[in-house]
Amino acid sequence: MRNLNRRTQVVILTAFMTIILIAVFSFGLLIPDDAVVGSFLSAKQPPSLAHPFGTDALGRDLFLRTLKGMAVSMTVGTAASMISAVIAVFVGIAAATGSKCVDALINWFIDVVMGVPHTILVILISFALGRGLKGLLVGIAATHWCSLARLIRGEVLQLRSQQYVAVSRKLGKSGGWILVHHLLPHLVPQFVVGLILLFPHAILHEASVSFLGFGLPPEQPAIGIILSESMRYIQTGMWWSAVLPGLTLVLIVLLVDKLGDNLRMIMDPYSAQD
Amino acid sequence: MALEAKNIYFRYGRKQPWILEDCTLKIDRGERLAVSAPSGYGKTTLALLLAGYLKPEKGEILLDDKPLPAKGICPVQLIYQHPEKAVNPRWRLKRVLEESGKLREDVLDAFGIERAWLDRFPRELSGGELQRFCVARALMSGADYLICDEISTMLDVITQAQIWNVVLEEADKRNMGIIAVTHNKHLAERIATRMIDLSE
Ligand SMILES: Nc1ncnc2c1ncn2[C@@H]1O[C@H](COP(=O)(O)OP(=O)(O)OP(=O)(O)O)[C@@H](O)[C@H]1O
Ligand SMILES: [Mg+2]
Repeated sequence: MRNLNRRTQVVILTAFMTIILIAVFSFGLLIPDDAVVGSFLSAKQPPSLAHPFGTDALGRDLFLRTLKGMAVSMTVGTAASMISAVIAVFVGIAAATGSKCVDALINWFIDVVMGVPHTILVILISFALGRGLKGLLVGIAATHWCSLARLIRGEVLQLRSQQYVAVSRKLGKSGGWILVHHLLPHLVPQFVVGLILLFPHAILHEASVSFLGFGLPPEQPAIGIILSESMRYIQTGMWWSAVLPGLTLVLIVLLVDKLGDNLRMIMDPYSAQD
Repeated sequence: MALEAKNIYFRYGRKQPWILEDCTLKIDRGERLAVSAPSGYGKTTLALLLAGYLKPEKGEILLDDKPLPAKGICPVQLIYQHPEKAVNPRWRLKRVLEESGKLREDVLDAFGIERAWLDRFPRELSGGELQRFCVARALMSGADYLICDEISTMLDVITQAQIWNVVLEEADKRNMGIIAVTHNKHLAERIATRMIDLSE
């Protein structure tokens, strides 16, 4: 590793992390439903070689269930954060480049959305759209773009006042050209970091809303449902049923977080040199 | 064929003091004007106004009796005092130069711009090296008027002379008008055909 430069190391590490995430995700997707049907004979077993995460009160293998749940949660988390982040970019740029009136309107709207507690809004939207995956996605996406949009608005305003942007205009470049060539590349790191920060939020909201019965149905066991189920049994000494799936969630979230940092370094050599 | 400021007034906001009051100035093509004044007198402000970066509160800036064009490559180009702010820090210098059109090898050679610098980022060059890029970019845009705001204060005497020689040669060839903001009396005498002092 010594003679590879730092950038190459980061690229390799990032590729490695991406592979792990994809592996967890696709393995979880591929597990068939009948693999997690349990029997009472094998109920409440602590972790062993046959069941690395032990089994739950219904005798289902918790390792497979966790992976399967992780895949569902990652789908929801990724899709919701992506939609949110894209909304944030559009809204942020519109606010920063539009007229004063547009800016004021958008800021007011952001205040309104931020003023309502997220969980309530997610539940309302999810409920209105008939629960399930779609309602949950729209609910989370519609409530989580605000702070990133603010950030991007500020960044664009600051960029637009830069001398080199003014020079570009004097060199005959149009507003659209400047947006694409000078502004958007600057926003990529913001976008990625924003996306990453949204991911845990999205997963946790998904879990809490599903727990309350307004999100995913129990047949589609996301990690949140597994965790809330295991809460009922933790007092009976089944520590593994909460700790191991919980740790998996934390690990995946941390991995995504680190991945975001690395991607920023790769995509934005300028700021990474600081 | 002239660039002129007609009775312009300017201040940075309603509550701020006037920086320029009833300022009138005219420069023909082919003419070279040196502007000097103590620090804080509004030389940079005047340069920004003349190049159309700022709008005067009263009065007007005219190019051949018409306002500066709002679209397209501006025939009046400004070179800033601080080159590091005038280039996108994330762009390699080749791209910085190409923003004003096609690269001109003769200009690069005249400025002593090494080809290896073209693949670097702005922060990997010294201020003086970077300033040559900014001057080259302004020249390559095909401007008719060049406003130089203390472009050579940070440079050593040899580099300073080299850059000004190239600029003056190009200006002669293309019959450009030059406004040079400078503190340096010797430089002003050497490059200018006319000198004004804002403090008078
Ligand atoms: N963006 C701004 N907002 C408010 N005031 C400003 C701004 N830029 C400059 N000024 C003020 O305007 C005055 C003139 O500034 P300017 O930069 O034009 O001076 P200058 O003659 O170029 O000085 P120097 O020789 O130091 O470059 C100064 O008093 C300065 O504080
Ligand atoms: Mg100045």
